[in-house]
Amino acid sequence: MSDCISQFDGRSDLSRRLVELTEAGLPLVDDPWAWIAERLSISVEATLELLQALQADGAIRRIAAVPNHYRLGYRHNGMTVWDVDNAEIARLGPLIGSQPFVSHCYRRPRCEGWHYNLFAMVHGRNAEEIDAYRAQIRTLLGDACRADEMLVSSRILKKTGLRIAASAR
Amino acid sequence: MDDLDRRLINRLQHGLPLVRQPWQILADELESDPQTLRARVQALLDDGTLTRFGPMFDIERLGGAFTLAALSVPEERFDAVAAQLDAMPEVAHNYRREHAWNMWFVLGCATPEGIAETIRYIETQTGLPVLNLPKEETYHVGLHFSV
Repeated sequence: MSDCISQFDGRSDLSRRLVELTEAGLPLVDDPWAWIAERLSISVEATLELLQALQADGAIRRIAAVPNHYRLGYRHNGMTVWDVDNAEIARLGPLIGSQPFVSHCYRRPRCEGWHYNLFAMVHGRNAEEIDAYRAQIRTLLGDACRADEMLVSSRILKKTGLRIAASAR
Repeated sequence: MDDLDRRLINRLQHGLPLVRQPWQILADELESDPQTLRARVQALLDDGTLTRFGPMFDIERLGGAFTLAALSVPEERFDAVAAQLDAMPEVAHNYRREHAWNMWFVLGCATPEGIAETIRYIETQTGLPVLNLPKEETYHVGLHFSV
């Protein structure tokens, strides 16, 4: 974490204000950079440079539209979880993550009551599609995987996107 | 949804170009004009096809923190606990999943300490233990739904 913060020395305050300003979204105006510039009290050029620097560093993945995948027909999503041999996960994680049907793939800790260390999210238009993706992952993992489950989402309870602006508490 | 909407949704998932006139570049690519495109995006946001338009931050790179967490909520309390989480700004997404751990949510905070505090708060409010599964390694993040 400290590595990440140090990269933003001098820019961190501006970055934080940019996040607070835009985490709920960007207005659909002709010149969005001017809209940001005015609120951060910097020039349009400096705004564009800040955005480019943050994007180059990965702090901004992109400035994009996020579709509601349910509305686009991708009504089935499965969080597949895998108990993968610790010695093999560094090799297998990137392989699973590179499958075109996997949208997110992470290593997470095992803990009491939870022994799965590899998470891969799959999306499909029907239940058969995501079952097939799970089977493909199982084949790729082979003997390195001891157990797996697929946790299918049945209801969106909340979807506001990440916010890091100061909370009420 | 017509052909322009589809092309716009596909194109916008790749991101707005960081150039001086981003909407004009998009309009040239999609053979439309900036005003039409913005009106289309607004309509797609209004009808719920798009949930958000803006920068997608990797909060950890900005010094913030997030985690994936789960609760195992007794059926009779499910809606009440969902409402408790819904009221918390730190809770970004919350999904019901068919499993003994039946409520899965993402917490986003400005600091790692904020995550620990929020988990304690949820445990106190609900009386239920939180399964906290922060990511240790990212192998892939790249959501793209072609329409």
